[in-house]
This record gives sequence, structure tokens and C-alpha cells, in this order.
Amino acid sequence: MPKSLPTESLLKVRDLSMRFGGLLAVDGVALDVNEREIVSVIGPNGAGKTTVFNCISGFYTPTGGDIIYKGQSIHGLADFKISRLGMVRTFQHVRLFSQMTVIENLLVAQHRHVNTNLLAGLFKTPSYRQKEQESIDRAIYWLKKVNLLEFANREAGNLAYGQQRRLEIARCMVTEPGLLMLDEPAAGLNPKETNELDALIVSLKEDYNVSILLIEHDMGLVMGISDRIVVINQGRPLATGTPNEIRDNPDVIKAYLGEV
Amino acid sequence: MKDKFIPALIAGVATLILAFPLLGLNLVSDGLGLGIEGADTQTMIYIVLASLAVFIFQLFKENALNIAKNIPLPRRAYKPDAVVSQAQRDKNEKLFTFIIVAIALVWPFFASRGNVDLATLVLIYVMLGLGLNIVVGLAGLLDLGYVAFYAVGAYSYALLHQYFGLSFWVCLPLAGLMAASFGFVLGFPVLRLRGDYLAIVTLGFGEIIRILLNNWTHLTGGPNGIGSIPKPALFGLEFGRKAKEEGNIAFHEYFNIAYNSSYKVIFLYLLALLLVLFTIFVIRRLMRMPVGRAWEALREDEIACRSLGLNRTIIKLSAFTIGASFAGFAGAFFSAKQGFISPESFTFIESAIILAIVVLGGMGSQLGIILAAIAMTVLPELAREFQEYRMLMFGLMMVLMMIWRPQGLLPMKRRHMELTNA
Repeated sequence: MPKSLPTESLLKVRDLSMRFGGLLAVDGVALDVNEREIVSVIGPNGAGKTTVFNCISGFYTPTGGDIIYKGQSIHGLADFKISRLGMVRTFQHVRLFSQMTVIENLLVAQHRHVNTNLLAGLFKTPSYRQKEQESIDRAIYWLKKVNLLEFANREAGNLAYGQQRRLEIARCMVTEPGLLMLDEPAAGLNPKETNELDALIVSLKEDYNVSILLIEHDMGLVMGISDRIVVINQGRPLATGTPNEIRDNPDVIKAYLGEV
Repeated sequence: MKDKFIPALIAGVATLILAFPLLGLNLVSDGLGLGIEGADTQTMIYIVLASLAVFIFQLFKENALNIAKNIPLPRRAYKPDAVVSQAQRDKNEKLFTFIIVAIALVWPFFASRGNVDLATLVLIYVMLGLGLNIVVGLAGLLDLGYVAFYAVGAYSYALLHQYFGLSFWVCLPLAGLMAASFGFVLGFPVLRLRGDYLAIVTLGFGEIIRILLNNWTHLTGGPNGIGSIPKPALFGLEFGRKAKEEGNIAFHEYFNIAYNSSYKVIFLYLLALLLVLFTIFVIRRLMRMPVGRAWEALREDEIACRSLGLNRTIIKLSAFTIGASFAGFAGAFFSAKQGFISPESFTFIESAIILAIVVLGGMGSQLGIILAAIAMTVLPELAREFQEYRMLMFGLMMVLMMIWRPQGLLPMKRRHMELTNA
């Protein structure tokens, strides 16, 4: 079987399973994310969605299955290495560097793009300055994009919740990812903020060619922006399809609402 | 009031019960045996007064604490960020630094020998505080064994001189390097540890180094320590009465002036000042560099760091290594200044003092740490006349600080970025 074909999807997960002792939290999950595609993972609470995320992003080492990103198997790779390949995630609960300023949050995220040579930094060599300026410019660009520029020097922990959510996405975007993994980005947002988030996510796909893997409970958001949806129930894949297919799928309705 | 009366009474009586046998009864030698005799009336009166004081304090405790809470504290005048731009702040800072350094340079020529000596000690603690600040204040890794690196630095110079006859100036970078490599070695086993567990391991490491120095008698001289460590020379000029090293000349002979032992003290002070300025400069730069930001990010949220592609192994190791190297410099200077070192100088209390400096100063803040180092070194000296109550006052001061200013004397102020092309 050819390992890498140009037509192959960006992220390919096959038969993923994750066992914690006697508990099989994820069992046989498969999903594909193609270039410039928004794929949502949905399912009732405790279905194993976040566990799937943790496996893909390397926070857990899956006990079985294949994860292939851009034709390369990333199974068992350290989390920070996976992130460097271009798969960056957010968390269910906002995880900002809350005592650092907003712009510093974005600079930290560009760690691997800047010149980390100690001597270059101590002597402020021209190449070091140039890299620093580039990362500041990139940070400013994304702060403008998520409407946080006026708060650039504010401590991140002092931002309003919705702003923190946006900053978290901006922090992922400065790393110039190929695949952005958002874990419940709309949780705790009001309807207006959810709409803004909706527009932002679509714009990331349309304007920056980023593929997005999304866990979300807000069905309005999911149905509106997803190209495809994967439903997981009790750790097992239940259904895969376009939003319309999923909406009418009797198994999905049963999983969410119970037996009629 | 009524509900407090009974507990207060109990506290008062408890004090009486405790204090009477402890203070009110004295052991006296009675021929071959021991006898007990009551203390003099004055002590008895004091005991009763103390019990009364406890009773009254317990009765009015809440009122007293409320009053204490309302005491206004010295705070820096609050200025909104918009008024003082970062450029202005940098300018003020430069001017301020310039004035302070100028004063620090001129001051020893007018001060007494003892004070200059004390100031040199303060500078050593500043260096240690700044170094530990990298590990604790910036990277958020609680290190209770920092004194180990200080010891490594000190013994590096002492031993390299003793066995290979190397001079201070050669040993200074070597001592930093040695301490750094010990920091690196310690870094490995603690990579996966955080918080309490990390504190315990580092505490153990500090003790291991001290006990090793104490027992490896044929290398380190054990508890006898190492003596006659030479003072640093200034380009071949020595500050003793006679030059000890071959080819060196005594300072006073070279300049044809009368010998004065305070030259040596002032020279050591200036050298320490130079080392501190170097430390401040390097750490300031580091703090604003990617590695400094990564340290802070690690302190804030390790999981987020990993998700953004930061290698926590390298970040932690770099914090331990770089932090330790400054303790190494400080240690080499310390052994040169003292001329004699023994494991006695590197006990846990030193680690505790350095950590107290960092916490008291305000985690991450350099100016705060300098102030705290001064306070922690000078205050016990000033309180010398209180003798055994020194540590008590010291402890009281720490407790009060933690109540009134838990964030430290001068908490770190975040640097603002100029968004020129915004």
C-alpha cells in the first residue's frame, strides 16, 4: 500500500483505541480530515471525544490504531513534536499563560520560529532582532484579526472569557498550523460571541487554508460550519457524514435522545 | 465579647501553666545532685504579666487585627499605563540605575570597613537571589537545595586552586561551568516532578552535596574545610601586604602608597558589584528572550506549553543550568572573599534565606530581589544587639510581610511592547 499519496487526507485516523486499565475509553474510532475542511466530532457527554483529541495531539499514547498526518505516522510521538508538525490544539478549559501579557502569549507560541540561540539573544545580533520583530509583527497581525489589539499589553488572565477564548485561537494560529484542533471553543460564550466565533473559524479555513477538527456541543455552530461530522458514542464510532446526513440519522437521534 | 472571654481565659491560664515550669523553676546544682528552686520575684511577675497579656490579646484579637489591616502601606504611586509609556519607563529606569550604580561605586571610599564588608555580603546574596529567581520566580520550579550550587562554585575555586594552582580569574568561569553542570545533572531526575515533590528532591540534593563535602575528607578536607584560598588579584596586583604569587606585585607597592587593608575590602566590594551588574544584565536580557518567555510560560501552564510545541525538557534544564551557574559565580567569589570554606557555610538555612529573598522581593522582580537581599542581610546585622531574639524578629518580619504583601516588596511589572506599526 502506498504510504503517501497527494490525494490522501491531511489527517487520517484508523481504528484508534485507548484503554485505561479495564476501561476502553475509545474503541475503533476512525476519522479523516482533508485539506481545507472543517470536521466536527460530536457525541453525548463522556463519549470519549476529548480522549480522541488527546490521543491525536499526543497527550495520550493510544493503545491501538494508526494516526497519520501528512502521510507520516505520528503514533507515539511526543506532544510537542506533533505540535511542531503543524497540529495545534486548544483545550476545553482555557489554558492561557495568564500572568503574561496578551502579546507575550503569542510570542511564546512562536518559540520554534524565533532565534533561540542564547548568545544571539544576549548580544542582540541583527538576525535575532529581525526574527523577534517578525514574531511581534505576526502577533500584532493576529491580535488585529481576533480584535484584541487594544489589549496587547494587558495580562491575559484579566481578559473577559470570550476574549480569552479568541486569544487561545490566535495563539494557535501564530504557530502557522496545518490542522487546528478546537476542543469546545464555544463553551461559555454568549450567542453573539458564538456567531463571531463561527465567522472566525470559517475565515481560518477560507483565508488561511487551515483544516479544523472541532469538538463542540453547540449544534447550531456544528451544523452550520462543518463539512463533515463524526459522531462518537461510548467510545465507539456511531456515524460519519455531512451535517444533513447526521441530522436525520436515527442512530444519532437515539444516542442523544434515548429510545423513542 | 462574652463568647471570647472563656477561650481567652483558657489561653491565659495555659500560658501560665506552660511558662511557670519552663521559666519559673530553675535547676541548681546541690552538691552532687540537682535541686529545683523558684526563680526570682521579677521573673514571676513577668510570667504573670505575660499570661495577662495573652489573655488581653486573645480578648481583643480581632479588633487588633482589624487595626493592623488598616495600616496604610507604602505603595508605589499608581499610574495608569497610558500616562507612562514603556519608552519613558525605560528612560526612568536607565537614569535610576545610573544613579544607583554611581552611588554604589563611590560609597565604599567613605564608608567604614565593616560596612563595606557587609555590603559585599549583601552583593553575594543579590547574586544568589537573582540566580534562584530564574528557577523559582520565572520557571516556577521550587528549589530548596540551591545552596548546593553555591557550594559547588565555592569548592570548585578552592579545590582547583589547591590542586592545580589556578587563579581566581581562571576559576570564576570554571566554577560557573561546574555549578551549571551540576544544575544540569539535578535537572534530569526532577524533570517530571512539580511542586512539593520537586521541593523535596532538591532539598535532598542540597543535603547530599553538603554531606559529600563533609565526608570526602581526603579531597575536600571534610569538616576542617579548605583554608588559605587566595584573594583575587587585579591584573597581577595583589592586595595583601606582600605578594604571594610569583610574578605578582602588591598593590600598594606598585602605586607606591602606604599599605592599607581597606584597599582589599574595597576591591572585593567593587568586584562583587561588577559581578552583580553582570548578573543583572545577563538575566534581564534572558528574561526578554524567547528562553525567558518560555520559562514563564512553563510556570503558567505546562500543558499549554506542550501543546504549542515547546519542549519542556529543554526549558526546565535550561532554567536549572543557567540558574545554577550564577550560584557558581557567587560561590567562587565567596570562597575568595572568605579565604576559608567548610561545609558549615552551605547548610539548608542558606537555601532558605536565598529562597526568602526571592519570595520577599517579589517573584521575578529584579529590583525587589535586590531590596530583599539588603533587608535579609542588613536587618539581622542591625538586630545583633537583640541576640537570641534576632531569629524571632526575623520570623515575625516574614510573617508580617506575607500578611501585608504576599506578592513581595516589588512584584514584577510586566514589560509593555511598543506597537509601533499597529
